[in-house]
Amino acid sequence: MRRFEYHKPETIKEALGLVTSLNNARFIAGGTDILVALRQKKAEIDNLISLRNIGELKGIEYGDGLWIGSGTTHTEILKSRVILEHYTALNDGVKNLGSRQIRNVATIGGNICNAAPSADTACPLLVLDAKVLIAGINGERWVDLDGFFLGPNKTVLDKHELVKGFSLPLFPKNTGSSYIKHTRRAAMDLPILGIAARITMDDGKEGATCREARIAMGVVAPRPIRAYETERFLVGKPLTEDVMEEAGNIAAREATPRDSIRGQAWYRKEMVKVLVGRAIKNAMERMGL
Amino acid sequence: MMRKEIRFRLNGEEMVCDVEAHWTLLYFLREIMGLTGTKEGCGYGECGACTVIIDNEAINACLYPIMEVEGKDVTTIEGLVSQNGELHPIQKAFIEEGAVQCGFCTPGMIMSAKALLDENKDPTEEEIKEAIAGNLCRCTGYVKIIDAIKTMGGGR
Ligand SMILES: Cc1cc2nc3c(=O)[nH]c(=O)nc-3n(C[C@H](O)[C@H](O)[C@H](O)COP(=O)(O)OP(=O)(O)OC[C@H]3O[C@@H](n4cnc5c(N)ncnc54)[C@H](O)[C@@H]3O)c2cc1C
Ligand code: FES
Ligand code: FES
Repeated sequence: MRRFEYHKPETIKEALGLVTSLNNARFIAGGTDILVALRQKKAEIDNLISLRNIGELKGIEYGDGLWIGSGTTHTEILKSRVILEHYTALNDGVKNLGSRQIRNVATIGGNICNAAPSADTACPLLVLDAKVLIAGINGERWVDLDGFFLGPNKTVLDKHELVKGFSLPLFPKNTGSSYIKHTRRAAMDLPILGIAARITMDDGKEGATCREARIAMGVVAPRPIRAYETERFLVGKPLTEDVMEEAGNIAAREATPRDSIRGQAWYRKEMVKVLVGRAIKNAMERMGL
Repeated sequence: MMRKEIRFRLNGEEMVCDVEAHWTLLYFLREIMGLTGTKEGCGYGECGACTVIIDNEAINACLYPIMEVEGKDVTTIEGLVSQNGELHPIQKAFIEEGAVQCGFCTPGMIMSAKALLDENKDPTEEEIKEAIAGNLCRCTGYVKIIDAIKTMGGGR
């Protein structure tokens, strides 16, 4: 492993001071992406600044919305009842992320800041309308998660900024969400495709129609994306088999996957058709209409 | 580069050690402490051969910066054996059920099993599979490993 210095600030302020003053410095949270990159010599870094000992970055709070600190581990997310009940897609996202050993140290902030097109928490957070709170030496700013990703491993973060955490709104009662990770094996595999859905239905009992829809897709573009056209199509409709099938077709047109070792582009498009409907169904089942 | 002093507990003993900042916990255990029960398979978090327990949680020592061990409680496979040299019940179960072949995965597998059993005394087969999903075994086909962990559960 390349030699580096390791810094352990205890406050955000201290961390931002270090990243601004040190040469060739990068943050490390759980380290499961950055240490692998260092070992593979894909990154050259002289100073690692650990975010692991900063209390302000940890924990989940539920009140007039949900707050998840960037330093929260996937294991902590998996244990949260509030997330299981009200933000189910995110529970789906972390359930099969890596192994137990990985989830015990890897963080949601690291998963989002690493910005892999396959990041398993990205699509769930997109459909859950997450906003990102960014802190820099000159203050803080909020960015919609959809505006945060720029491309593979690229985000709007300046190199001297860090993510404090994610804020998710409260959703009306008739809301359900889900994420499907399509892989060859259940555990320890990056997705061939990731599809998330959130559906909010109208109050009306019979013939209820869709009031708000969110569909997000991973590994079909250089970054996790929202399927805006599909979402617009769903709004105002009853979610019948036919409507879901058509939604799948529209989403497949919005997807621009590439061939890769995990799957061919045509296969990914075909699977988008199938999985969008399935993700919507799973979301509806969780709604307890 | 300058060495740094860190303090932590290793298999129940208080340690004060001089380390280099870029070391992983795995490097420290094997190369500095000579605790070679913890194995290096991939070095990338994929195989679980390096699994140890830190503050009750199973982690991959190959991806754990030594600097983060400060103040923590680390248990390796060597720490499971009792003072008088008696094997830990999980180790005995692995032997009795024939869950060990070449043995390379075994220390990591047992540490994952221990972390699970400390948290959940009577895990279901699904829970066992989930807990060892990050531990690869090239020999046994997993069935006997799962059986061995099952025998540790309450009623079975
Ligand atoms: C064996 C293995 C299996 C894996 N399986 C999966 C999987 O199934 N699905 C999946 O999505 N991922 C998977 N991963 C990737 C990785 O574990 C996740 O992306 C993880 O969530 C990264 O979090 P971390 O805290 O370890 O990030 P780190 O490696 O610490 O950081 C990642 C990047 O983000 C930056 N960063 C971290 N936190 C912040 C912050 N708060 N502000 C600004 N920048 C920050 C770091 O500088 C670094 O560039 C796997 C990795 C391994 C090794
Ligand atoms: S050596 Fe650590 S997971 Fe393979
Ligand atoms: S016994 Fe040989 S790898 Fe598991």
